[in-house]
Amino acid sequence: MSNTSGYVKEEPLVQGNHTFGSITALVADIVERPTPMWWYIAFGISNLLMGLLLIMLGYLIWEGTGVWGLNNTVAWGWAIVNFVWWVGIGHAGTLISAILFLFRQGWRTAINRFAEAMTIFAVMCAGIFPAVHVGRIWVIYWVFPLPNQMQMWPNFNSPLLWDVFAVSTYFTVSLLFWYVGLIPDLATLRDRVKSKLAAKLYGVFALGWTGGNRQWQHYEKSYLLLAGLATPLVLSVHTIVSFDFAVSIIPGWHTTIFPPYFVAGAIFSGFAMVMTLMLIARKLYNLEDIMTINHIEKVNIIILLTGNMVGFAYIMEFFIAWYGGVEYEKFAFINRAVGPYAWAYWLMFCCNVFAPQLFWSKKMRRNIVVSFIISIIVNIGMWFERFVITVTSLAQDFIPSSWAYYSPTFVDVLTYVGTFGLFFTHFLLFLRFLPMVAIAEIKMVMPQADPHYYDENGDEPEPEKIAEEASKDKS
Amino acid sequence: MSETKSTQVSRPFGLLAEYKNPGKLMRAAKLVNRAGYTKYDAYSPFPIHGMDDAMGLKDSKLGWIVLSHALVGFSGGLFLQIWTSSIAYPINISGKPFINLPAFIPVTFELTILLSAFAAVFGMFFLANMPKHHNPLFNSDNFRKVTDDGFFICIETDDDLYNEAETEKLLMETGAMNVEKIYE
Repeated sequence: MSNTSGYVKEEPLVQGNHTFGSITALVADIVERPTPMWWYIAFGISNLLMGLLLIMLGYLIWEGTGVWGLNNTVAWGWAIVNFVWWVGIGHAGTLISAILFLFRQGWRTAINRFAEAMTIFAVMCAGIFPAVHVGRIWVIYWVFPLPNQMQMWPNFNSPLLWDVFAVSTYFTVSLLFWYVGLIPDLATLRDRVKSKLAAKLYGVFALGWTGGNRQWQHYEKSYLLLAGLATPLVLSVHTIVSFDFAVSIIPGWHTTIFPPYFVAGAIFSGFAMVMTLMLIARKLYNLEDIMTINHIEKVNIIILLTGNMVGFAYIMEFFIAWYGGVEYEKFAFINRAVGPYAWAYWLMFCCNVFAPQLFWSKKMRRNIVVSFIISIIVNIGMWFERFVITVTSLAQDFIPSSWAYYSPTFVDVLTYVGTFGLFFTHFLLFLRFLPMVAIAEIKMVMPQADPHYYDENGDEPEPEKIAEEASKDKS
Repeated sequence: MSETKSTQVSRPFGLLAEYKNPGKLMRAAKLVNRAGYTKYDAYSPFPIHGMDDAMGLKDSKLGWIVLSHALVGFSGGLFLQIWTSSIAYPINISGKPFINLPAFIPVTFELTILLSAFAAVFGMFFLANMPKHHNPLFNSDNFRKVTDDGFFICIETDDDLYNEAETEKLLMETGAMNVEKIYE
């Protein structure tokens, strides 16, 4: 993955005067250094929140879904909103690790490891909601392809069942992909840590990696194949999530635009989350040489692009509702914009469509504070997008006599807050014990990794020789 | 030549030569390959592009393993749905056909991907000889650099052309910084 096409001179992906050794030290020594104080504080808070999640789930299972704010028409509330939101966040990790890999975007190496970790933990948070929203969790095995007590099998015509297959496959493949990427770096830690026990543990998971080319050969093939498999998979997952809505006949849900619109929204919110986490991590761990301002700019460009795709979808939905001429469809959309949930609709619109427009300016794209604020705004906006889609279409259904305003209860809110505890508990453990940047891949995008960088005797090129060659290229 | 400290007498495993950078490693791998050795490997902290050709390796067969699993996933997924909904317990769901192929696409697709991904990972472990937690190379303290910034070639004693003095001479000629004898 060379970053010089030969025609356009690009900024080096790794900044500062780094050697292979200093890159290893920069990333791997994080694990070896004593745990910083802020980590304990953050981990403590995350643990408390995770405890809160467990209490809320326990209460829900004990009492039943009546403790949620669901009412007679709004049978899908925060649980589904949170599910779609968390799964969507996960998508950026796979996009970075698989799709950008296939497109040979060298800059992905700086952020792919923790973006993939984010994917796995986000999908864990997401998976909780559909599992507990079934009410009778003790028969959750009905979603698996097993005959139940009446010898009946699951209904394979149902999008909800497709979702089970899609999300569980997505989780498994993301985990495998992440682990394969980790193997060479686990070997680095195995060879580096001072503690005997830690070396043994890293060694077990490194599976006896030696870095021989006869291993790299198959490893690279495996990585490429996994990227090729994960790419259609990630697109299919949010497509199938959107089928949960689109295959039904509820006005506002029953639209063909949903699959691409959901996938764009997922990538949009996921990149915003990557940005939030990246800005914190690079500051706390001094990784500014690896996660450079150019990386931030590239992520912001993707946020701008996908934000506009989402904005286009909002407007297109509205247009088709009018152009299609279906009375209920028209009502559903006008009701979104001016009905009882108009505040949520316009909040969504401002956060997702107006806010990212700042990134047309290069200055804003490269501004860390602005990037951080926009990333948070986008995540809020994307949560409200799912809220608007789920709740507005249900709260005002076909019969006005059954209309009611939906609001969550404290259990809804605290369960959602609790999932952040689950997410950050795992994420902090990951930051503490695993290399948060793909060390071997970063070395690959450095110019010294290319055998052609060296002269015919295999020595480092002299600096003036490079200058000479450059002038030769120009003439 | 420095020898690894070893208390009991053990069989030699091979000669380990260290090189300064990927350029020199690639050059040396070409020369070792040309000299006719087959039981050797070039070790580096990251994959070096062009090394497969330098070492004269054939393409990885992993793609075929993955393809075979993809076909099993595809046909298995389709069979599962057709069999359960048309033979094992057919249920009339709003008049839809029992074998409703368009509706079976998502699950078939996911199972194809799932089995392919397992094949891509575990097939790779199989081809790359993993997990193998003991490796004679780990007896060398110097070899620990391989996951940091060390570049090595190891020619194993099992190679037909292996001759300690001559192999060492060849490795030194290819530009090795040092050559170390590795024991099992």
